[in-house]
Amino acid sequence: MSAAAAVPPMPAPAPVLEVASLSIDFRTREGTVRALENVSLRMGAGEFVGVVGESGSGKSVMAYAITGLLDRAGRVTQGRALFGGRDLLALSERARRASRGRDIAMIFQSPRTSLNPIRTVGNQLADVLRRRHGLDRRAARERSLSLLTQVRITDPEKRLDAYPFAMSGGMCQRVLIALALACEPTVLIADEPTTGLDVTTQASIMELLKDLARRRGMAVLFITHDLTLAAECCDRIVVMHAGHVVEEAPTAVLFRRPRHPYTARLIAAVPARAARLTDLAAIPGSLPDLRGALPPCRYSQRCERAQEACERGPLPIVDIGPGHRVACCNPLEARA
Amino acid sequence: MTPATDMVDAAAATARAPSLPLVPSQRSPDAPAAAVPTSGNFGRHLRHVLAENPVTLGALLVFIGLVAIGILGASIAPFDPLASNTQDALQAPSRHHWFGTDQLGRDILSRVLVAVRLDLAMALGAVALSFLVGSVAGSCAAFFQGWTERIVGRVVDTIMAFPLFVLAMAIVAALGNNVSNIVYATAIINVPFYARLARSEITVLRESGMVEAARLSGNSRWSILFRHLYPNILPAMVVQISLNMGWAMLNAAGLSFIGLGVRPPTAEWGIMVSDGANFIVSGEWWIALFPGFALMSAVLCFNLLGDGLRDIVDPRRRT
Amino acid sequence: MIEGRTLRLIAGRFAASLPSLLGVVVITFFLMRALPGDPAAFFAGPAATPEAVEQVRHQLGLDRSLPTQLTIYLRDLARGDLGKSITTGQPVRAELWNRLPASLELTLSGLFLAALIGLPLGVLAATRPGSVFDHASRLLSTAGVSLPTFFTGLVLIYVFYFKLGWAPAPMGRLDSFTDPPRAVTGFLLIDSLLAGSPALFWAALKQLALPATTLALFAMAPLARMTRAAMLAVLSSDYIRAARAAGLGRFQVLVVYGFRNALLPVLTTLGMVFSFLLGANVLVEKVFAWPGLGSFALEALLSSDYAPVQGFVLVMGTVYVLLNLFIDVLYGLVDPRAKVAR
Repeated sequence: MSAAAAVPPMPAPAPVLEVASLSIDFRTREGTVRALENVSLRMGAGEFVGVVGESGSGKSVMAYAITGLLDRAGRVTQGRALFGGRDLLALSERARRASRGRDIAMIFQSPRTSLNPIRTVGNQLADVLRRRHGLDRRAARERSLSLLTQVRITDPEKRLDAYPFAMSGGMCQRVLIALALACEPTVLIADEPTTGLDVTTQASIMELLKDLARRRGMAVLFITHDLTLAAECCDRIVVMHAGHVVEEAPTAVLFRRPRHPYTARLIAAVPARAARLTDLAAIPGSLPDLRGALPPCRYSQRCERAQEACERGPLPIVDIGPGHRVACCNPLEARA
Repeated sequence: MTPATDMVDAAAATARAPSLPLVPSQRSPDAPAAAVPTSGNFGRHLRHVLAENPVTLGALLVFIGLVAIGILGASIAPFDPLASNTQDALQAPSRHHWFGTDQLGRDILSRVLVAVRLDLAMALGAVALSFLVGSVAGSCAAFFQGWTERIVGRVVDTIMAFPLFVLAMAIVAALGNNVSNIVYATAIINVPFYARLARSEITVLRESGMVEAARLSGNSRWSILFRHLYPNILPAMVVQISLNMGWAMLNAAGLSFIGLGVRPPTAEWGIMVSDGANFIVSGEWWIALFPGFALMSAVLCFNLLGDGLRDIVDPRRRT
Repeated sequence: MIEGRTLRLIAGRFAASLPSLLGVVVITFFLMRALPGDPAAFFAGPAATPEAVEQVRHQLGLDRSLPTQLTIYLRDLARGDLGKSITTGQPVRAELWNRLPASLELTLSGLFLAALIGLPLGVLAATRPGSVFDHASRLLSTAGVSLPTFFTGLVLIYVFYFKLGWAPAPMGRLDSFTDPPRAVTGFLLIDSLLAGSPALFWAALKQLALPATTLALFAMAPLARMTRAAMLAVLSSDYIRAARAAGLGRFQVLVVYGFRNALLPVLTTLGMVFSFLLGANVLVEKVFAWPGLGSFALEALLSSDYAPVQGFVLVMGTVYVLLNLFIDVLYGLVDPRAKVAR
């Protein structure tokens, strides 16, 4: 659907969620880790946005900051996360708790451990429904059945009284999606929801997410390290590296005309279907240590196009086309 | 295939075109992890942990002190611990008698110091015995399995079916009321801890490749168990011993407190507290509280040492 | 509300505990036959004539073969005959039964107090790391297991009775001037309330305070430590994160999703705590002159009266096995993942 040739229109003028110049530090025993620097992102209503990057690129940190689940050691040093006209990061803990689930819901990796092992699926759904909508037991049960059906779980009556240990990973993830939907959020953040599931289940979960998002007009922030997966379902893709947003573009544009060297390498690293192991194109170097002194462009030390300007800074953010930005001093040439 | 996959494949193929220099896939060095002291030798690691853990260091020093007192024994006591002098009975702590005197006029400080040897010896004896028997039994159970495992398991479960102190009382009652039986009773009730630990550790090692490797070099089964596997469980055992010493000491002192084993006029912490208990209600606190405090300090020292050792050996099991 | 699963659970766990019960019975048998010298003489008492000793020997079947002895022993046990105490001349069973409430009241109060303080302390230590609760919990856990029970009791008596005068003299369950209430359950606290006498209740409570605290201090340490560790582990788990992300309230996350899950390892710790408590009971009863099972057995032991000792060990062992059974069943009920039959 989103892989059409036409460039999709710019997001609606009033974004439903906007992250502006977000920077996050972590205090650790070995020093301060500058996990995110100057990250900006906008999501329009009903948009399916992918955030792609290596492990450690800061994708999940951003999500945790938005939902207020950041670790105690984490600190927002600058920036805002605007939702419904309010800066989520400036809210009191109480307001945060009230807004969680209601405005922005989140589903996580490892679905089996994300469900309370000693509580039935029905009870967990009822907990959320009661909290969010104040439903009584019978109404909660009915709504739970409906939700389970919407996430395409077979035999929902039986599942309501089942415990998580009796269900497969895929089914658990569906339950988690149902839990998220129970809150009726405007934005759903999915942090690597299909990692660890087998390929067939992966496909069906993604299909479900796309369908639900479209029908409810729910915006989805899809975090993954799998570029191919992002290509399947996202309207737009944001590429992150070492706490920076390096490129952001509509999906088709990103794949046809990547401008950031890192994006190009990420795409090149996708194995061709008939490739041999020795043909894998790895990305040289590794993520820089986020504790020490860092150059303005955190990719410069791995980059073959690095110039003097990359070390000097500041890192420019160039608008290349509609909805296409690049953070690079020396971006790749535009190809036809 | 979906249109998306086609797009990605095409893009990937383009990206791999010669314009982009390919790097042959070699393992890139891992991102620098947190600074874990992976310094080579054990001594340096030990010093690092002790420096980070002043409490463990303190406990170690106290332990050394206790052993020293135990060895020196009566020679550092200011008075004869057994000499009664009814004239000086029930004197509060003073410059002359730092810990006061008991109802028979005996100097309490001297008795507390002399008791170190007996209490330490009882605890050490019990722990050594239970460690030897328990670790060997547990190791054999895990290694040979079958009937050995069943029998050892049954014995251990039966011991653990009783409240342990009650069982110790019964054993002393059955075997006779003397000091060596206190040691045996304490040893018996502590065997399960070592047996279970040895069993679980050897079970893990049994699954590793060590057994096959040793068998291929022509070792007999006993040799495999005791020359190859057993030494590997010693670190965990040492931690258990240290944690167990405190509990063994409490047990032995508890048995003598209720009147088993040690007879007057022997100086031993448990029996001293028992003597002093009669005088607490009339306010002569020093007779019971000084030996009790000494006992508590010794047990605390062993527990802290055990915690520290556990942190050195396996920091993951820290609670 | 007893569903099939619960019944199967109880039956299965009970079957698993039968070997332990058997072990308790058999071991007690062998222990009491292993007495140095002539067991018959011990059971007959130091003042017995040779004829009396022979009579006891015949009675106990000590002149028969070992397997026959075991059969007689088991038969007597099945009839509830635990022998007779030499010093009092009363059947051991009756004495044990009379003294059981005193010990139970003491142990249960100690456990209740330990849980009342230890569990919340552990929870607070986990939810507020680095706070005063955290430090208190850690101090308690380390110091608590190092405290000799008898020493703690004496310190408490000295401070609260002698120095401060808040606690009454450690002379048993009630002071010598107060008459006990009509015995319904044997628990003074309950019986005094049933008799409608708050003054009596208060008197009994005052006597109970120090010995129960002594027991509680010892039991608090492992409970607080395990609660803290379990809560820390649970609070950093994925399902807590997901529950918070779904917008569940603070109390619900902490208690329903957090504490209930943390209870599981705490339950297993309870078994160990009970072992301590039943043993420490003997020491506390001695220090506070508490007329319970422990002091009864102790007196008998020291006066070479062995039948009560045998009965005491048997009862204690059985109580402990049953307690562990109860904890096992409770665990199986709380944790749906537990296998029904071991």
